Amino acid sequence: MRSSVPGRRSTIRELPLGARIALGAALPLALLALWQFIIVLDVVPSYRLPSPTAVFLAGVDLQNRGLLGIHVLISTQRVLIGFAVGSIVGLVVASFVGLSRLGRYLVSPFLSGVRSIPSLAWVPLLGLYLGINEDSKVTLIAIGAFFPVYTVVSHALRNTDPQLLEAGRAFGYSGVRLLGLVQLPSAIPSVVSGLRLALAQSWLFLVAGELLGASMGLGFLLTDSNNNGRIDRLFLTILLLGLLGIITDAIVGVLERFLLKRWGA
Amino acid sequence: MSITTSAATTSPALSVSLDGVGRSFDGSRKVLRDIDLEIAAGEIVALLGPSGCGKSTLLRQVSGLDAPTAGTVRIDGAEVTGIDQRAAVAFQEPRLLPWRSIRRNVEVGLARHTDRAEGAARVEQLLELVQLSHASQLRPRQVSGGMAQRASLARALARNPGVLLLDEPFGALDALTRLTMQDLLLDIHAVEPATILFVTHDVEEALYLADRVVLLGVESGYKADSGAVIRSVITVPGKRPRDRGNAALAHLRAELLDGLGVSTHHPAHTL
Repeated sequence: MRSSVPGRRSTIRELPLGARIALGAALPLALLALWQFIIVLDVVPSYRLPSPTAVFLAGVDLQNRGLLGIHVLISTQRVLIGFAVGSIVGLVVASFVGLSRLGRYLVSPFLSGVRSIPSLAWVPLLGLYLGINEDSKVTLIAIGAFFPVYTVVSHALRNTDPQLLEAGRAFGYSGVRLLGLVQLPSAIPSVVSGLRLALAQSWLFLVAGELLGASMGLGFLLTDSNNNGRIDRLFLTILLLGLLGIITDAIVGVLERFLLKRWGA
Repeated sequence: MSITTSAATTSPALSVSLDGVGRSFDGSRKVLRDIDLEIAAGEIVALLGPSGCGKSTLLRQVSGLDAPTAGTVRIDGAEVTGIDQRAAVAFQEPRLLPWRSIRRNVEVGLARHTDRAEGAARVEQLLELVQLSHASQLRPRQVSGGMAQRASLARALARNPGVLLLDEPFGALDALTRLTMQDLLLDIHAVEPATILFVTHDVEEALYLADRVVLLGVESGYKADSGAVIRSVITVPGKRPRDRGNAALAHLRAELLDGLGVSTHHPAHTL
Protein backbone atom coordinates (compact mmCIF):
# COMPACT_ATOMS: atom_id res chain seq x y z
CA MET A 1 0.00 0.00 0.00
CA ARG A 2 2.59 2.50 1.10
CA SER A 3 6.15 2.41 0.01
CA SER A 4 8.75 2.05 2.71
CA VAL A 5 11.36 3.46 0.34
CA PRO A 6 11.44 7.27 0.37
CA GLY A 7 11.03 9.00 -2.98
CA ARG A 8 9.53 6.09 -4.84
CA ARG A 9 8.49 8.29 -7.74
CA SER A 10 12.06 9.03 -8.69
CA THR A 11 12.70 5.36 -9.49
CA ILE A 12 11.01 5.83 -12.90
CA ARG A 13 13.57 7.94 -14.72
CA GLU A 14 12.40 10.57 -17.20
CA LEU A 15 14.17 10.69 -20.57
CA PRO A 16 16.25 13.82 -21.24
CA LEU A 17 14.38 16.66 -22.97
CA GLY A 18 16.38 16.30 -26.21
CA ALA A 19 15.48 12.64 -26.53
CA ARG A 20 11.82 13.36 -25.84
CA ILE A 21 11.70 16.04 -28.55
CA ALA A 22 13.50 13.78 -31.02
CA LEU A 23 11.09 10.90 -30.37
CA GLY A 24 8.06 13.16 -30.59
CA ALA A 25 9.21 14.57 -33.93
CA ALA A 26 10.13 11.18 -35.39
CA LEU A 27 6.70 10.17 -36.72
CA PRO A 28 5.78 13.57 -38.26
CA LEU A 29 9.19 13.73 -39.96
CA ALA A 30 8.83 10.20 -41.27
CA LEU A 31 5.43 11.10 -42.66
CA LEU A 32 6.88 14.20 -44.30
CA ALA A 33 9.64 12.12 -45.87
CA LEU A 34 7.10 9.62 -47.19
CA TRP A 35 5.01 12.47 -48.59
CA GLN A 36 8.03 13.97 -50.39
CA PHE A 37 8.99 10.50 -51.64
CA ILE A 38 5.55 10.01 -53.22
CA ILE A 39 5.83 13.44 -54.87
CA VAL A 40 9.27 12.55 -56.27
CA LEU A 41 7.91 9.29 -57.66
CA ASP A 42 5.21 11.41 -59.34
CA VAL A 43 2.54 8.72 -59.10
CA VAL A 44 -0.24 10.94 -57.69
CA PRO A 45 -1.45 13.97 -59.70
CA SER A 46 -0.87 17.32 -57.94
CA TYR A 47 -4.56 18.16 -57.79
CA ARG A 48 -4.94 15.16 -55.47
CA LEU A 49 -1.72 15.55 -53.48
CA PRO A 50 0.21 18.85 -53.43
CA SER A 51 3.94 18.75 -52.75
CA PRO A 52 5.27 19.85 -49.35
CA THR A 53 6.89 22.76 -51.14
CA ALA A 54 3.57 23.82 -52.70
CA VAL A 55 1.91 23.75 -49.28
CA PHE A 56 4.73 25.82 -47.82
CA LEU A 57 4.47 28.32 -50.67
CA ALA A 58 0.70 28.54 -50.17
CA GLY A 59 1.48 29.57 -46.62
CA VAL A 60 4.02 32.15 -47.73
CA ASP A 61 1.52 33.48 -50.26
CA LEU A 62 -1.18 33.90 -47.61
CA GLN A 63 1.33 35.50 -45.30
CA ASN A 64 2.34 38.01 -48.01
CA ARG A 65 -1.28 39.00 -48.41
CA GLY A 66 -1.48 39.49 -44.68
CA LEU A 67 -4.16 36.81 -44.29
CA LEU A 68 -2.35 33.93 -42.59
CA GLY A 69 -1.85 35.72 -39.28
CA ILE A 70 -5.46 36.91 -39.27
CA HIS A 71 -6.86 33.43 -39.81
CA VAL A 72 -4.65 31.93 -37.13
CA LEU A 73 -5.22 34.72 -34.62
CA ILE A 74 -8.99 34.90 -34.94
CA SER A 75 -9.27 31.13 -34.58
CA THR A 76 -6.94 31.07 -31.59
CA GLN A 77 -8.92 33.86 -29.98
CA ARG A 78 -12.21 32.01 -30.49
CA VAL A 79 -10.74 28.82 -29.07
CA LEU A 80 -9.28 30.53 -26.02
CA ILE A 81 -12.44 32.48 -25.14
CA GLY A 82 -14.71 29.46 -25.74
CA PHE A 83 -12.37 27.21 -23.81
CA ALA A 84 -12.22 29.62 -20.87
CA VAL A 85 -15.99 30.11 -20.69
CA GLY A 86 -16.78 26.42 -21.22
CA SER A 87 -14.32 25.14 -18.66
CA ILE A 88 -15.32 27.68 -15.98
CA VAL A 89 -19.00 26.78 -16.41
CA GLY A 90 -17.93 23.13 -16.48
CA LEU A 91 -16.14 23.48 -13.14
CA VAL A 92 -19.12 25.18 -11.51
CA VAL A 93 -21.66 22.64 -12.75
CA ALA A 94 -19.31 19.75 -11.93
CA SER A 95 -19.03 21.00 -8.33
CA PHE A 96 -22.81 21.14 -8.05
CA VAL A 97 -23.26 17.67 -9.51
CA GLY A 98 -20.27 16.12 -7.78
CA LEU A 99 -20.99 17.47 -4.30
CA SER A 100 -24.76 17.51 -3.93
CA ARG A 101 -27.15 14.65 -4.32
CA LEU A 102 -29.80 17.03 -5.64
CA GLY A 103 -27.38 18.16 -8.34
CA ARG A 104 -26.52 14.64 -9.28
CA TYR A 105 -30.09 13.42 -9.69
CA LEU A 106 -31.45 16.64 -11.14
CA VAL A 107 -28.77 17.67 -13.61
CA SER A 108 -26.66 14.68 -14.49
CA PRO A 109 -29.24 12.67 -16.54
CA PHE A 110 -30.11 15.79 -18.53
CA LEU A 111 -26.49 16.59 -19.27
CA SER A 112 -25.67 13.07 -20.38
CA GLY A 113 -28.40 13.54 -22.98
CA VAL A 114 -27.05 16.91 -24.10
CA ARG A 115 -23.52 15.49 -24.23
CA SER A 116 -24.51 13.04 -26.96
CA ILE A 117 -25.59 15.80 -29.36
CA PRO A 118 -22.95 16.06 -32.10
CA SER A 119 -21.27 19.44 -32.59
CA LEU A 120 -22.67 19.91 -36.09
CA ALA A 121 -26.24 19.59 -34.81
CA TRP A 122 -25.77 22.77 -32.78
CA VAL A 123 -24.61 24.84 -35.76
CA PRO A 124 -27.99 25.71 -37.32
CA LEU A 125 -29.65 26.34 -33.94
CA LEU A 126 -26.91 28.64 -32.69
CA GLY A 127 -26.95 30.49 -36.00
CA LEU A 128 -30.69 30.91 -35.73
CA TYR A 129 -30.83 32.12 -32.13
CA LEU A 130 -27.51 33.90 -31.61
CA GLY A 131 -26.99 35.02 -35.17
CA ILE A 132 -24.02 34.58 -37.45
CA ASN A 133 -21.39 36.31 -35.37
CA GLU A 134 -18.65 35.74 -32.83
CA ASP A 135 -21.10 34.83 -30.06
CA SER A 136 -22.48 31.78 -31.78
CA LYS A 137 -19.00 30.50 -32.68
CA VAL A 138 -17.60 31.03 -29.20
CA THR A 139 -20.71 29.46 -27.66
CA LEU A 140 -20.26 26.34 -29.74
CA ILE A 141 -16.63 26.05 -28.64
CA ALA A 142 -17.70 26.61 -25.04
CA ILE A 143 -20.17 23.73 -25.35
CA GLY A 144 -17.33 21.60 -26.65
CA ALA A 145 -15.02 22.59 -23.79
CA PHE A 146 -17.72 22.23 -21.13
CA PHE A 147 -18.27 18.49 -21.34
CA PRO A 148 -14.79 17.08 -20.78
CA VAL A 149 -14.31 19.33 -17.73
CA TYR A 150 -17.79 18.60 -16.40
CA THR A 151 -17.54 14.84 -16.89
CA VAL A 152 -14.07 14.31 -15.45
CA VAL A 153 -14.34 16.75 -12.54
CA SER A 154 -17.82 15.77 -11.35
CA HIS A 155 -16.73 12.15 -11.39
CA ALA A 156 -13.61 12.98 -9.38
CA LEU A 157 -15.54 14.99 -6.79
CA ARG A 158 -18.10 12.23 -6.39
CA ASN A 159 -15.38 9.67 -5.86
CA THR A 160 -13.26 11.48 -3.31
CA ASP A 161 -11.58 8.93 -1.05
CA PRO A 162 -14.21 8.33 1.68
CA GLN A 163 -11.48 7.54 4.19
CA LEU A 164 -9.91 10.96 3.75
CA LEU A 165 -13.33 12.60 3.96
CA GLU A 166 -14.04 10.77 7.20
CA ALA A 167 -10.66 11.77 8.61
CA GLY A 168 -11.44 15.39 7.74
CA ARG A 169 -14.83 15.14 9.42
CA ALA A 170 -13.28 13.53 12.49
CA PHE A 171 -11.11 16.62 12.91
CA GLY A 172 -14.09 18.94 12.85
CA TYR A 173 -14.11 19.89 9.16
CA SER A 174 -17.43 20.10 7.34
CA GLY A 175 -19.10 21.93 4.45
CA VAL A 176 -16.92 24.46 2.67
CA ARG A 177 -13.96 23.87 4.98
CA LEU A 178 -14.03 20.15 4.20
CA LEU A 179 -14.31 20.99 0.50
CA GLY A 180 -11.17 23.09 0.71
CA LEU A 181 -9.31 20.56 2.83
CA VAL A 182 -10.08 17.33 0.97
CA GLN A 183 -12.37 17.40 -2.05
CA LEU A 184 -10.95 20.24 -4.15
CA PRO A 185 -7.26 19.38 -3.68
CA SER A 186 -7.88 15.73 -4.44
CA ALA A 187 -9.78 16.68 -7.61
CA ILE A 188 -6.99 18.88 -8.97
CA PRO A 189 -5.30 16.17 -11.07
CA SER A 190 -8.71 15.50 -12.66
CA VAL A 191 -9.30 19.21 -13.23
CA VAL A 192 -6.03 19.38 -15.11
CA SER A 193 -6.77 16.38 -17.32
CA GLY A 194 -10.29 17.71 -17.90
CA LEU A 195 -8.84 21.04 -19.04
CA ARG A 196 -6.46 19.26 -21.35
CA LEU A 197 -9.25 17.27 -22.99
CA ALA A 198 -11.40 20.40 -23.18
CA LEU A 199 -8.74 22.31 -25.06
CA ALA A 200 -8.40 19.55 -27.63
CA GLN A 201 -12.18 19.45 -27.98
CA SER A 202 -12.25 23.25 -28.42
CA TRP A 203 -10.14 23.01 -31.55
CA LEU A 204 -12.46 20.32 -32.90
CA PHE A 205 -15.53 22.47 -32.28
CA LEU A 206 -13.81 25.52 -33.78
CA VAL A 207 -13.98 24.09 -37.27
CA ALA A 208 -17.66 23.28 -36.86
CA GLY A 209 -18.21 26.79 -35.45
CA GLU A 210 -16.55 28.45 -38.40
CA LEU A 211 -19.04 26.80 -40.68
CA LEU A 212 -21.40 29.42 -39.24
CA GLY A 213 -20.89 31.88 -42.05
CA ALA A 214 -17.38 32.84 -41.05
CA SER A 215 -15.23 35.09 -43.24
CA MET A 216 -12.08 34.52 -41.24
CA GLY A 217 -10.43 31.74 -39.34
CA LEU A 218 -8.95 28.35 -40.06
CA GLY A 219 -12.34 26.66 -40.34
CA PHE A 220 -13.30 29.21 -42.96
CA LEU A 221 -9.99 28.70 -44.76
CA LEU A 222 -10.68 24.98 -44.78
CA THR A 223 -14.15 25.22 -46.35
CA ASP A 224 -13.11 28.07 -48.65
CA SER A 225 -10.10 26.15 -49.96
CA ASN A 226 -12.23 23.09 -50.45
CA ASN A 227 -14.82 25.06 -52.45
CA ASN A 228 -12.12 26.59 -54.65
CA GLY A 229 -10.15 23.40 -55.15
CA ARG A 230 -7.11 24.88 -53.40
CA ILE A 231 -5.82 21.59 -52.06
CA ASP A 232 -2.49 23.16 -51.12
CA ARG A 233 -4.30 25.54 -48.75
CA LEU A 234 -6.40 22.66 -47.47
CA PHE A 235 -3.26 20.79 -46.48
CA LEU A 236 -1.81 23.96 -45.01
CA THR A 237 -4.87 24.49 -42.81
CA ILE A 238 -4.88 20.93 -41.56
CA LEU A 239 -1.20 21.20 -40.68
CA LEU A 240 -1.79 24.52 -38.91
CA LEU A 241 -4.65 23.07 -36.85
CA GLY A 242 -2.43 20.19 -35.78
CA LEU A 243 0.42 22.54 -34.95
CA LEU A 244 -1.78 24.89 -32.90
CA GLY A 245 -3.19 21.90 -31.05
CA ILE A 246 0.31 20.76 -30.11
CA ILE A 247 1.35 24.24 -28.97
CA THR A 248 -1.69 24.91 -26.77
CA ASP A 249 -1.53 21.38 -25.35
CA ALA A 250 2.10 21.93 -24.44
CA ILE A 251 1.15 25.12 -22.59
CA VAL A 252 -1.48 23.24 -20.58
CA GLY A 253 1.14 20.53 -20.03
CA VAL A 254 3.40 23.05 -18.28
CA LEU A 255 0.49 24.09 -16.06
CA GLU A 256 -0.22 20.42 -15.39
CA ARG A 257 3.33 19.68 -14.25
CA PHE A 258 3.23 22.66 -11.92
CA LEU A 259 -0.14 21.74 -10.40
CA LEU A 260 0.64 18.06 -10.03
CA LYS A 261 3.91 18.85 -8.31
CA ARG A 262 2.04 20.96 -5.81
CA TRP A 263 -1.13 18.88 -5.41
CA GLY A 264 -0.33 15.42 -6.78
CA ALA A 265 0.07 12.41 -4.54
CA MET B 1 -17.97 22.93 27.46
CA SER B 2 -14.88 24.94 26.72
CA ILE B 3 -11.89 23.38 25.06
CA THR B 4 -8.47 24.70 25.88
CA THR B 5 -6.36 25.14 22.79
CA SER B 6 -3.25 26.50 24.37
CA ALA B 7 -0.08 24.88 23.14
CA ALA B 8 1.65 24.96 26.47
CA THR B 9 -1.04 23.35 28.58
CA THR B 10 -2.32 19.89 27.93
CA SER B 11 -6.01 19.29 28.45
CA PRO B 12 -6.87 17.00 31.32
CA ALA B 13 -7.87 13.47 30.48
CA LEU B 14 -11.64 12.97 30.44
CA SER B 15 -13.78 10.08 31.56
CA VAL B 16 -15.92 8.12 29.09
CA SER B 17 -19.14 6.42 30.00
CA LEU B 18 -21.22 4.11 27.80
CA ASP B 19 -24.73 3.42 28.97
CA GLY B 20 -26.76 0.71 27.25
CA VAL B 21 -25.17 1.54 23.89
CA GLY B 22 -26.44 -0.40 20.91
CA ARG B 23 -26.08 0.03 17.16
CA SER B 24 -28.13 -1.75 14.54
CA PHE B 25 -28.11 -1.28 10.78
CA ASP B 26 -31.06 -1.44 8.40
CA GLY B 27 -33.39 -1.65 11.38
CA SER B 28 -32.72 -5.28 12.17
CA ARG B 29 -29.06 -6.29 11.87
CA LYS B 30 -27.59 -5.61 15.31
CA VAL B 31 -23.87 -5.06 15.59
CA LEU B 32 -23.71 -3.99 19.23
CA ARG B 33 -26.17 -4.13 22.10
CA ASP B 34 -26.32 -3.31 25.80
CA ILE B 35 -22.78 -1.98 26.10
CA ASP B 36 -22.17 -0.55 29.58
CA LEU B 37 -18.68 0.65 30.30
CA GLU B 38 -17.14 3.26 32.59
CA ILE B 39 -13.67 4.43 31.67
CA ALA B 40 -11.84 6.59 34.18
CA ALA B 41 -9.96 9.70 33.10
CA GLY B 42 -6.43 8.80 32.05
CA GLU B 43 -7.13 5.09 31.80
CA ILE B 44 -5.95 2.98 28.85
CA VAL B 45 -8.60 0.50 27.73
CA ALA B 46 -8.24 -2.07 24.96
CA LEU B 47 -11.24 -3.28 22.97
CA LEU B 48 -10.51 -6.81 21.90
CA GLY B 49 -12.63 -9.12 19.82
CA PRO B 50 -12.80 -11.24 16.69
CA SER B 51 -12.92 -9.60 13.25
CA GLY B 52 -16.17 -7.86 12.43
CA CYS B 53 -17.52 -8.02 15.98
CA GLY B 54 -18.16 -4.28 16.17
CA LYS B 55 -15.01 -3.01 17.92
CA SER B 56 -14.54 -0.21 15.41
CA THR B 57 -18.26 0.54 15.43
CA LEU B 58 -18.10 1.02 19.21
CA LEU B 59 -15.15 3.38 18.81
CA ARG B 60 -17.08 5.36 16.21
CA GLN B 61 -19.90 5.88 18.71
CA VAL B 62 -17.47 7.50 21.14
CA SER B 63 -15.91 9.74 18.49
CA GLY B 64 -19.31 10.83 17.24
CA LEU B 65 -18.51 9.72 13.68
CA ASP B 66 -21.54 7.46 14.10
CA ALA B 67 -24.54 7.67 16.44
CA PRO B 68 -25.84 4.77 18.53
CA THR B 69 -29.38 3.51 17.88
CA ALA B 70 -29.78 2.83 21.60
CA GLY B 71 -28.23 4.18 24.78
CA THR B 72 -25.95 7.15 25.34
CA VAL B 73 -22.25 7.90 25.21
CA ARG B 74 -20.89 10.54 27.58
CA ILE B 75 -17.52 12.18 27.71
CA ASP B 76 -16.82 13.84 31.04
CA GLY B 77 -20.52 13.52 31.87
CA ALA B 78 -21.73 15.39 28.78
CA GLU B 79 -23.49 13.43 26.06
CA VAL B 80 -21.75 12.96 22.72
CA THR B 81 -23.85 14.35 19.87
CA GLY B 82 -22.11 14.49 16.53
CA ILE B 83 -18.37 14.77 15.98
CA ASP B 84 -16.97 15.46 19.43
CA GLN B 85 -14.02 17.77 19.55
CA ARG B 86 -12.97 16.57 23.01
CA ALA B 87 -12.02 13.26 21.40
CA ALA B 88 -9.55 12.62 18.58
CA VAL B 89 -9.19 9.61 16.33
CA ALA B 90 -6.30 7.80 14.69
CA PHE B 91 -7.35 5.21 12.14
CA GLN B 92 -5.84 1.91 11.12
CA GLU B 93 -4.62 3.59 7.93
CA PRO B 94 -2.71 6.84 8.42
CA ARG B 95 -5.25 8.70 6.20
CA LEU B 96 -2.85 11.56 5.58
CA LEU B 97 -3.61 14.03 2.80
CA PRO B 98 -1.09 13.06 0.11
CA TRP B 99 -0.60 16.61 -1.18
CA ARG B 100 0.36 18.03 2.22
CA SER B 101 3.70 17.69 3.97
CA ILE B 102 3.85 15.73 7.23
CA ARG B 103 3.86 19.00 9.17
CA ARG B 104 0.84 20.37 7.30
CA ASN B 105 -0.97 17.09 7.90
CA VAL B 106 -0.40 17.35 11.63
CA GLU B 107 -1.77 20.90 11.47
CA VAL B 108 -5.10 19.47 10.29
CA GLY B 109 -5.57 18.10 13.80
CA LEU B 110 -5.33 21.48 15.51
CA ALA B 111 -8.53 22.70 17.09
CA ARG B 112 -10.35 25.37 15.11
CA HIS B 113 -9.39 28.98 15.91
CA THR B 114 -6.07 27.94 17.38
CA ASP B 115 -3.71 30.89 17.51
CA ARG B 116 -1.19 30.64 14.63
CA ALA B 117 1.94 30.83 16.70
CA GLU B 118 0.57 28.53 19.36
CA GLY B 119 -0.53 26.05 16.71
CA ALA B 120 2.90 26.06 15.08
CA ALA B 121 4.57 25.54 18.46
CA ARG B 122 2.20 22.69 19.26
CA VAL B 123 2.86 20.97 15.93
CA GLU B 124 6.61 21.39 16.43
CA GLN B 125 6.37 19.86 19.90
CA LEU B 126 4.33 16.90 18.62
CA LEU B 127 6.63 16.24 15.68
CA GLU B 128 9.44 16.00 18.19
CA LEU B 129 7.40 13.72 20.42
CA VAL B 130 6.71 11.26 17.59
CA GLN B 131 10.27 11.67 16.27
CA LEU B 132 9.34 13.16 12.92
CA SER B 133 11.02 16.57 13.15
CA HIS B 134 13.53 15.53 10.50
CA ALA B 135 10.75 14.42 8.11
CA SER B 136 8.32 17.29 8.61
CA GLN B 137 8.73 18.63 5.06
CA LEU B 138 8.26 15.25 3.34
CA ARG B 139 5.03 14.14 1.69
CA PRO B 140 3.25 11.04 3.05
CA ARG B 141 4.28 8.89 0.08
CA GLN B 142 7.92 9.63 0.87
CA VAL B 143 7.84 8.15 4.37
CA SER B 144 7.51 4.62 5.73
CA GLY B 145 4.27 3.14 7.05
CA GLY B 146 5.47 3.52 10.64
CA MET B 147 6.35 7.19 10.10
CA ALA B 148 2.97 7.87 8.50
CA GLN B 149 1.22 6.24 11.43
CA ARG B 150 3.26 8.40 13.83
CA ALA B 151 2.16 11.47 11.90
CA SER B 152 -1.44 10.29 12.22
CA LEU B 153 -0.95 9.95 15.97
CA ALA B 154 0.54 13.44 16.20
CA ARG B 155 -2.41 14.82 14.19
CA ALA B 156 -4.81 13.25 16.70
CA LEU B 157 -2.90 14.73 19.63
CA ALA B 158 -2.75 18.22 18.12
CA ARG B 159 -6.08 19.33 19.56
CA ASN B 160 -5.12 18.27 23.11
CA PRO B 161 -7.87 15.66 23.21
CA GLY B 162 -9.28 14.52 26.53
CA VAL B 163 -9.94 11.15 24.92
CA LEU B 164 -7.73 9.50 22.31
CA LEU B 165 -9.46 6.88 20.17
CA LEU B 166 -7.22 4.51 18.25
CA ASP B 167 -8.71 2.08 15.73
CA GLU B 168 -6.17 -0.72 15.32
CA PRO B 169 -3.49 1.95 15.06
CA PHE B 170 -0.59 -0.46 14.55
CA GLY B 171 -2.52 -3.20 12.76
CA ALA B 172 -1.02 -2.54 9.35
CA LEU B 173 2.57 -2.28 10.56
CA ASP B 174 5.24 -4.98 10.55
CA ALA B 175 5.77 -6.82 13.84
CA LEU B 176 8.95 -5.01 14.84
CA THR B 177 7.67 -1.53 14.05
CA ARG B 178 4.54 -2.37 15.98
CA LEU B 179 6.52 -3.08 19.18
CA THR B 180 8.40 0.22 18.82
CA MET B 181 5.14 2.07 18.26
CA GLN B 182 3.60 0.52 21.37
CA ASP B 183 6.45 1.87 23.48
CA LEU B 184 6.11 5.24 21.76
CA LEU B 185 2.41 5.30 22.64
CA LEU B 186 3.24 4.68 26.29
CA ASP B 187 5.86 7.48 26.20
CA ILE B 188 3.23 9.77 24.68
CA HIS B 189 0.72 8.79 27.32
CA ALA B 190 3.22 9.71 30.01
CA VAL B 191 3.65 13.20 28.51
CA GLU B 192 0.08 13.72 27.29
CA PRO B 193 -2.06 11.72 29.69
CA ALA B 194 -5.29 11.49 27.69
CA THR B 195 -7.77 8.69 28.24
CA ILE B 196 -7.01 6.12 25.56
CA LEU B 197 -9.53 3.70 24.10
CA PHE B 198 -8.01 1.50 21.45
CA VAL B 199 -9.20 -1.32 19.25
CA THR B 200 -6.95 -4.27 18.63
CA HIS B 201 -7.13 -7.92 17.70
CA ASP B 202 -3.69 -8.53 19.12
CA VAL B 203 -3.89 -10.06 22.61
CA GLU B 204 -0.23 -9.30 23.35
CA GLU B 205 -0.74 -5.65 22.44
CA ALA B 206 -3.81 -5.39 24.65
CA LEU B 207 -2.00 -6.90 27.64
CA TYR B 208 1.11 -4.78 27.11
CA LEU B 209 -0.63 -1.43 26.81
CA ALA B 210 -3.96 -1.50 28.61
CA ASP B 211 -5.08 -1.06 32.21
CA ARG B 212 -8.17 -3.04 31.34
CA VAL B 213 -9.05 -5.26 28.40
CA VAL B 214 -12.65 -5.36 27.25
CA LEU B 215 -13.53 -8.52 25.35
CA LEU B 216 -16.33 -8.01 22.85
CA GLY B 217 -18.19 -10.81 21.15
CA VAL B 218 -21.53 -12.46 20.50
CA GLU B 219 -22.80 -14.44 23.50
CA SER B 220 -22.67 -18.17 23.03
CA GLY B 221 -26.01 -19.56 21.94
CA TYR B 222 -26.96 -16.33 20.17
CA LYS B 223 -27.04 -15.73 16.45
CA ALA B 224 -24.32 -13.55 14.92
CA ASP B 225 -26.73 -10.72 14.07
CA SER B 226 -28.02 -10.49 17.65
CA GLY B 227 -25.20 -8.03 18.32
CA ALA B 228 -21.94 -8.17 20.22
CA VAL B 229 -21.88 -7.58 23.96
CA ILE B 230 -19.10 -7.19 26.51
CA ARG B 231 -18.08 -10.78 27.23
CA SER B 232 -15.64 -9.90 29.98
CA VAL B 233 -13.53 -7.08 31.34
CA ILE B 234 -10.07 -8.03 32.54
CA THR B 235 -7.92 -5.81 34.72
CA VAL B 236 -4.32 -6.25 33.71
CA PRO B 237 -2.04 -6.50 36.76
CA GLY B 238 1.26 -4.66 37.08
CA LYS B 239 2.49 -1.22 36.22
CA ARG B 240 3.60 -0.15 32.76
CA PRO B 241 5.98 -0.60 31.11
CA ARG B 242 5.35 -4.29 31.51
CA ASP B 243 7.78 -7.07 30.88
CA ARG B 244 6.77 -8.50 27.51
CA GLY B 245 7.85 -11.95 28.73
CA ASN B 246 5.97 -11.75 32.02
CA ALA B 247 4.78 -15.24 32.89
CA ALA B 248 2.04 -13.89 35.16
CA LEU B 249 0.26 -12.57 32.07
CA ALA B 250 0.34 -15.97 30.41
CA HIS B 251 -2.88 -17.17 31.97
CA LEU B 252 -4.61 -13.91 31.02
CA ARG B 253 -3.40 -14.38 27.47
CA ALA B 254 -4.84 -17.90 27.47
CA GLU B 255 -8.11 -16.65 28.91
CA LEU B 256 -8.43 -13.92 26.27
CA LEU B 257 -7.48 -16.21 23.40
CA ASP B 258 -10.03 -18.66 24.68
CA GLY B 259 -12.58 -15.85 24.68
CA LEU B 260 -11.65 -15.16 21.07
CA GLY B 261 -12.32 -18.79 20.27
CA VAL B 262 -8.68 -19.71 19.73
CA SER B 263 -7.34 -22.91 21.21
CA THR B 264 -4.21 -22.09 23.23
CA HIS B 265 -2.87 -25.53 24.25
CA HIS B 266 -1.82 -23.76 27.44
CA PRO B 267 -1.68 -25.85 30.62
CA ALA B 268 -2.69 -22.90 32.84
CA HIS B 269 -5.96 -22.78 30.97
CA THR B 270 -7.09 -26.07 32.48
CA LEU B 271 -6.50 -24.84 36.05
